[in-house]
Amino acid sequence: MTTLYPKFETSPTSQHPDSSSPFICTEQLSLYYGPQPAFEQVNLAIPAGQITSLVGPSGCGKSSFLTCLNRLTDLISNCRVTGRIRLGNLDVLDAKTDTTALRRRVGMILQKPNPFPLSIWRNLAFPLREHGVRDRAQIDEIVETALQDVGLWDEVKDRLKAPAQSLSGGQQQRLCIARALALQPEALLMDEPCSALDPISSGIVEDLIAGLRSRYTILVVTHNLAQARRIADNVALFWLQQNSGRLIETGSVQEIFEAPKSSITAAYINGVRG
Amino acid sequence: MAKPLQRSSPSRSPWLDRLSAFGVWSVALIITAIFAWIMGDILWRGAGQISWDFLTLPPQNAGRDGGIGPILVSTGLILVVCLSVSLPLGLGTAVFLSEFTAADNGFGRLVRRSLDILSGVPSIVFGLFGYTFFAQTLGLGFSILSGGLTLACMVLPILIRSAEEGFRAVPADYRLSAASLGLSRTATLWHLLLPAAVPGIVVGLVLGIGRAIAETAALIFTSGYVDRMPTSLLDSGRALSVHIFDLSMNVPGGDAPAYGSALVLVVLLILLNGAANWIGRRLSFQSGFHWR
Ligand SMILES: Nc1ncnc2c1ncn2[C@@H]1O[C@H](COP(=O)(O)OP(=O)(O)OP(=O)(O)O)[C@@H](O)[C@H]1O
Ligand SMILES: [Mg+2]
Repeated sequence: MTTLYPKFETSPTSQHPDSSSPFICTEQLSLYYGPQPAFEQVNLAIPAGQITSLVGPSGCGKSSFLTCLNRLTDLISNCRVTGRIRLGNLDVLDAKTDTTALRRRVGMILQKPNPFPLSIWRNLAFPLREHGVRDRAQIDEIVETALQDVGLWDEVKDRLKAPAQSLSGGQQQRLCIARALALQPEALLMDEPCSALDPISSGIVEDLIAGLRSRYTILVVTHNLAQARRIADNVALFWLQQNSGRLIETGSVQEIFEAPKSSITAAYINGVRG
Repeated sequence: MAKPLQRSSPSRSPWLDRLSAFGVWSVALIITAIFAWIMGDILWRGAGQISWDFLTLPPQNAGRDGGIGPILVSTGLILVVCLSVSLPLGLGTAVFLSEFTAADNGFGRLVRRSLDILSGVPSIVFGLFGYTFFAQTLGLGFSILSGGLTLACMVLPILIRSAEEGFRAVPADYRLSAASLGLSRTATLWHLLLPAAVPGIVVGLVLGIGRAIAETAALIFTSGYVDRMPTSLLDSGRALSVHIFDLSMNVPGGDAPAYGSALVLVVLLILLNGAANWIGRRLSFQSGFHWR
């Protein structure tokens, strides 16, 4: 099998992704749970090195959309995905695509912080080991870098062997982000990463996400329009039409918030404001 | 005026409340009393029998004299055979049912239904099956192997269903996160699901051991009556429960050693349960064993 990703680097050369070209592109992407569509015909280009925010009402298929991009949909038995997803020149939905490699390139953060019931250190080290990093010194360095990237290093460096569950909710979520970062992905998919956190932790995680801009391509689902406005470069609005999710409008934050083209977008923005 | 907070849901009459509370308490009390009575009885009549000789010597005079040494060894061997077959098979099936088949999958449903029926089948039926299949068809004869394998069949349904519950109790987010980190199913299973499912597995193990060690009917047909010290797994060996049955039913004047053996059986059961729980705690996440 060809390796799709570079070897692990101990100190990643901060390669700034080329933001002129999209990192991921979907073409006529639709997803069905059994006969029921979750979303249909989504054409979305996600610019590299930027933060793209996915907004829309509940049930319009935002989470489902994220799970297509790293083929987590493979785990759901009655789920069918049609259309195309291109990541560089990789055809994501092709059955021959190496999902392990894909998922290392495209990390994911779930809504509820869910560190594994292991020590803080092992939460990061265990996935690394499974991806073939055996050298203890290298693991230690990658763990430290990742924890520093999420601003957790100073808080936990003295208790790396403590159970991850002993951390606060916000710390746990940052640990989960660090766990994804440790695999040195190119993109991060985040499904409402702040919504299960208290306001202060939420703010910390939000700043963290903003700080990762330009080093990673980030796609973040949020119900918090103010947050989208604060951190995102681009916004994509999903909406339920005829019982299935549709992509209504995409654009830069300015375009969406100040000059929305679609009346739905305008109503959504204003509705939440007023 | 502030009303005091009501603890239970509002009921029409306090009388009914009191009556049902009384009912619940008395049922619990009766059950505890019955248990205490049985234990007391066994302890009272059996304790006098227990001695080093009783635990180590072979039975003499049809069990009236001597001890239960070979019987303990046979019991242990039967249990070892039973567990070393049923544990891996049971875990494997549980993993298959919970991780590789959807809850509403037809084949999974069929397996689950069969297991539920199997766990309700009387042990005498298992005994007959073990006799015809293991002892005769496979030619293992009356032996510890036949007995252990028959017990394994009996214990499997319980073990599988509890272990499956254990796996299903693991939060789905662990699986999603693990997959999204590109972890293989095997790694996820070994390092996350198995340790997280340990409590369920232990419950199954405790129930299974309980059923196996108390089993008489199925063993009479398969591991047999012979009370000599077994020299191999193909020897017939008398289990403790069979010994108790034999002493109390067929041996006039065998009551005292029967009670002694019963006491040993109960103590053994308690010890084995304790051991299962202890090992479970060591292996599950609570122990720190995985934290390194
Ligand atoms: N595993 C599944 N099986 C069947 N239907 C599902 C499954 N997951 C989601 N759905 C359905 O697909 C639709 C889209 O769900 P999805 O979770 O993607 O929406 P969402 O936009 O993320 O909503 P929310 O904002 O509430 O998180 C919903 O109608 C949901 O009920
Ligand atoms: Mg969602």
